[in-house]
Amino acid sequence: MLDELRDAAPLLVDGAWTSLYYTACGAVAALVISFIFGLMSMSPSVWVRGTVRVVVEFFRGTSLVVQLLWIYYVLPELGIRFEPLAAATIALGLNFGAYGAEVVRGAVTSVPKAQWEATVALGFSKAHRMRRIILPQAIPEMVPPFGNLLIQMFKSSSLLFLIAVSELTFQVKELRVELGSIQAFSIALVVYFVLAQVLIMGMRYWEKRSAAKVGRGPKPVDVTMGEAMAVPTQ
Amino acid sequence: MTWRWDYTWDVLPDLLAAFFKYTLGVTLAAGVIAVLLGLVLALGRRSDNKIVSRTTFGIIEFVRSTPIPVQLFFVYFGGPAVGVSLSPLVTGISVLGIHYACYMAEVYRAGIDAIPQGQWEACTALSLSPQRTWRAVVLPQVIRRIVPSAGNQIIALFKETPFLIVVGVGEMVYVAQQFGSTTFRFIEPVTIAGLIFLAASYPTSVLMRKLEARLAQ
Repeated sequence: MLDELRDAAPLLVDGAWTSLYYTACGAVAALVISFIFGLMSMSPSVWVRGTVRVVVEFFRGTSLVVQLLWIYYVLPELGIRFEPLAAATIALGLNFGAYGAEVVRGAVTSVPKAQWEATVALGFSKAHRMRRIILPQAIPEMVPPFGNLLIQMFKSSSLLFLIAVSELTFQVKELRVELGSIQAFSIALVVYFVLAQVLIMGMRYWEKRSAAKVGRGPKPVDVTMGEAMAVPTQ
Repeated sequence: MTWRWDYTWDVLPDLLAAFFKYTLGVTLAAGVIAVLLGLVLALGRRSDNKIVSRTTFGIIEFVRSTPIPVQLFFVYFGGPAVGVSLSPLVTGISVLGIHYACYMAEVYRAGIDAIPQGQWEACTALSLSPQRTWRAVVLPQVIRRIVPSAGNQIIALFKETPFLIVVGVGEMVYVAQQFGSTTFRFIEPVTIAGLIFLAASYPTSVLMRKLEARLAQ
């Protein structure tokens, strides 16, 4: 067992890095999409709001697995072919970006009305108002739900073996014969658990820092998974 | 490549059959496990016995921070080595059920924490037994409160049933993929599968949002 484990270690480490790398790419894409869709969903134009609403509901309502298969199998039939990295980034970005858009919208609308009125009274331009007044106050509100989404995304990265990405689950599946099923998948579970805890700790730290930046004490917010999916922020 | 309607009508009945039989069936069965086991876990976490509460906490945290596909593989491929051979369907239902029970435990916990202190004090003042306190006073209020978030969990569970394709449960997305790999046309089956998901999950999530808004008043 130990010998096999020593041989398997490089593959496991490689797989874990790949999982983290794909999660990071997906997270950046999802963050950008969250802000674009989130801010667009507060546009004064009914058309913009309506379009964003439809897109967001579409990507939330169709399952991530279906979206992955769509990008991997259907788009090539239409003549559009993506590298696995691009396909994964697009799928994770759009799916989690749709959830994130709600987070952004919720946080921005939670900034007290007086703050908006003050910026109008002081004659700030729209862009200036967003960048200097509203967003700095909204971002600390976004960090905890974004943390939940990040953990969800990290866990979802284990589906990427379906589109031939050699992430941790893929590698463990390959090592199943040499290590034995129970051993191989126990290792995988433990590695995922440890990495998820590291991500949670990182998010807690970021949460405290971003709250401190706007002069708020660290709030006792429970960084847990699931809630981001569970409770849509109003 | 264009959309072919004749192929669409060919695949639609099989997709719908798989949807009603497996996708909804798995959601329902796993949902029942999640709702019941979730309450047990939530109560276990509140137990006065340190060993019980710590163990429950550890289990919840571990299950929640590990991915469902790996849990499926663990049970499906690892099970036989310790004498537990489950069919793909049973594996899928139990893994999803237990995974969501751990989420549900958090939902219950939030619901229990939201019960005003006065309710507990009133129960003590009326010298209700712990059992009656829970059954007649606390739980009815908790359940009312958590309906929207529990509903959202079930919707999330529903959208994660396609994860079961990794162990080969014949739910809708699996059937769609099978159609694609035999006919080399994925566009119709995969698109329809997505649209069926959307058609089922969107109205329910709107309903949950309405419920949530009503309860918030």
